[in-house]
Amino acid sequence: MIRYLLVPLALIAGSFVSVSSSSAAELELMVEIPQLNVSEYHRPYIAAWIHDGDQKVVANLAVWYQIKDKGSDVGTKWLPDLRQWWRRTGRSLTLPVDGVTGATRPPGQHTVSFSDDQPQLAQLKPGEYILMVEASREVGGRELLKIPFAWPGDQSQLHEVQGSEELGKVVLSIKP
Amino acid sequence: MIRPLILSLTLLLALPLSLFAHKMWLRPSQTVLSGADPWVTFDGAISNDLFYFNHHPLRLDNLTITAPDGSQVEAENQAIGKYRSVFDLQLKQQGTYRVAVVNSGLMGSWEVNGERKRWRGTAESLATEVPADAQNLQISERAGRVETFVTNGAPDEGALKPTGKGLEMEPITHPNDLYAGEEGRFRLLIDGKPAAGLEVEVIRGATRYRDTLNDIQVKTDENGEFAIEWPEAGMYWLEATTRDEKSTVSKASSRSLSYIATLEVLPQ
Repeated sequence: MIRYLLVPLALIAGSFVSVSSSSAAELELMVEIPQLNVSEYHRPYIAAWIHDGDQKVVANLAVWYQIKDKGSDVGTKWLPDLRQWWRRTGRSLTLPVDGVTGATRPPGQHTVSFSDDQPQLAQLKPGEYILMVEASREVGGRELLKIPFAWPGDQSQLHEVQGSEELGKVVLSIKP
Repeated sequence: MIRPLILSLTLLLALPLSLFAHKMWLRPSQTVLSGADPWVTFDGAISNDLFYFNHHPLRLDNLTITAPDGSQVEAENQAIGKYRSVFDLQLKQQGTYRVAVVNSGLMGSWEVNGERKRWRGTAESLATEVPADAQNLQISERAGRVETFVTNGAPDEGALKPTGKGLEMEPITHPNDLYAGEEGRFRLLIDGKPAAGLEVEVIRGATRYRDTLNDIQVKTDENGEFAIEWPEAGMYWLEATTRDEKSTVSKASSRSLSYIATLEVLPQ
């Protein structure tokens, strides 16, 4: 009797799981690059990635660095200045990475979004993670911000942290 | 006449000078690099203070650079100045380069008609320069390695294989993957075998700007291993010395071994 009850329950639960994983979960990241009043300004290098509890990188979301010409590696010389990112993932990557690397961006708010069927998130298993956003600016400083989050979670999440030097506001929003 | 004098002077400068307490070092301009073929430049010196050139340059005659694929590569733009030597290296391969000055030589003393003679040379010159009838002959061997590591891209192990000769460090933690607040673990080897019970001294650079040396002293365990918890970021100088009777030169009764590495510890 009990077993018969359990089977349909398991089926129902299973169908819920499959429903939620087939409707695309979404992750949106807003990174604010602050306007700085300095005599010599260069756009910062910025990396955003996700790591698990053991600091193992599970997704690279964005890397913005100086790309002068296609195929030129002038800008890659300074990538180790994003030192956490470089240590955890950058040094093992072959650049550029499609859909991840791009040119540096000007001061302002920049938004990138990903759904779980895109390569960046396709392998991301449900669980607890930390979003890392690191910025490093030529003749400037370096800043690293962290946002812990659950993926995909069971309800919408909105996380916000405020940088103090090289980063402004960083907002992570997730729709399961 | 002049040549033997120059040779002995060169050896004097090149040999591990632990008896003079000066520190030998090689220091890279940076250890973590990126790009297709980035350049890195090195200073070499012998000094008391780290890492300041104020005493003697490090001789580069025995400079040995091992590329990630295990091959030997040449340094460029070598120069010996009053207080330091310099050279450049282009990292054409991805991975870790081992940059070392590996010195060896013999020291001897004997008596002729009650007068004490001193001599420095090599295993080759021993036969011709030391008289066959030398009284109370004492020969000792000195072998030292001064090295550092730089990495283009991801660190790898190809250049780090021990040579099996003299005193060496076999990294357990990669020498270009050291971070403040973390532990670095290494193994000391003598002729390829674990060296137990050796004292290791570690000093962070920029000694000019502090009152105390704050050196770290550790001892290798029975597996030749030791660990350093890096207190802060910086360029560190590491030294271990020992002495044994296992010289490969038959006439040498003892052997002095030294190992020195410059290691960069990065901030988190």
